[in-house]
Amino acid sequence: MMIDWAHFTPWGSFAGGLLIGVAVAAFVLIHGRIAGISGILGGLLRPAGQDVGWRIAFIAGLLAAPALYALFTRLPSATIEAGFPVIAVAGLLVGLGARYGAGCTSGHGVCGLARLSPRSLAATLAFMTAGFVTVFVVRHVIA
Amino acid sequence: MSVLTSFLTGLLFGVGLIVSGMTDPSKVIGFLDLAGAWDPSLAFVMGGAALVGAGGFRLAERRPTSILGGLRQLPGTQGIDARLILGSATFGVGWGLAGFCPGPALVAFGAGYDKAAVFMIAMLAGMVMYEFTERRRMARATDE
Repeated sequence: MMIDWAHFTPWGSFAGGLLIGVAVAAFVLIHGRIAGISGILGGLLRPAGQDVGWRIAFIAGLLAAPALYALFTRLPSATIEAGFPVIAVAGLLVGLGARYGAGCTSGHGVCGLARLSPRSLAATLAFMTAGFVTVFVVRHVIA
Repeated sequence: MSVLTSFLTGLLFGVGLIVSGMTDPSKVIGFLDLAGAWDPSLAFVMGGAALVGAGGFRLAERRPTSILGGLRQLPGTQGIDARLILGSATFGVGWGLAGFCPGPALVAFGAGYDKAAVFMIAMLAGMVMYEFTERRRMARATDE
């Protein structure tokens, strides 16, 4: 295995992780809920849209984060290699899969692992493995 | 009150995602690309977040209710079934294709990236598809 030292950001990523952890901890303490993004968003699409207010507020907070960050320093750039058709297919799979699997990287990968949930560990291993295989196929088999 | 605290928590979560570097899909794909030049950063994000998160869940368990007064609504510990694994694997394929998962996609959409907007719309469509298939499944279950 070859480490990409040029892009590896252990400290920045760990610090960002700590902030996400504070948000997760605050959410369970204040609201008594899991800060799982796909669940918060998906809950708005239920027939009897439950707790619409706080769900929209949380999503609005995520959307407003770049504006707050940009007040202090330049936003880091994002490179999105995939083309529009691939992005659309990917979005569909992410939305469908996260709801069937009852969570995504935040709900299972962060909150679930923090709670030592065996279900979330299984889900995390499943989506990580699928992600590893997908990138391998896209980058090293097809390309 | 719950709307304000929820907004602030989402804001903090989003700033954390930006600081962590995970709003850049090429960094996520760098983590998923084990056979290429591997960028382990994502593991540090998850580690840091789970570490602090674990403290939060422990503190929360000591309280009978949340600070806002409601009962805790945490997922139960149902077994590991095919839905969980297949759903998560489907999610993982989409995640690997785009390098986006829901949180970073929302933040990148907030930053004005066109592709994040397309991803978001498709993701919402996928979630609506789930609602429809679920409703059909529920209807079938009650018919039987």
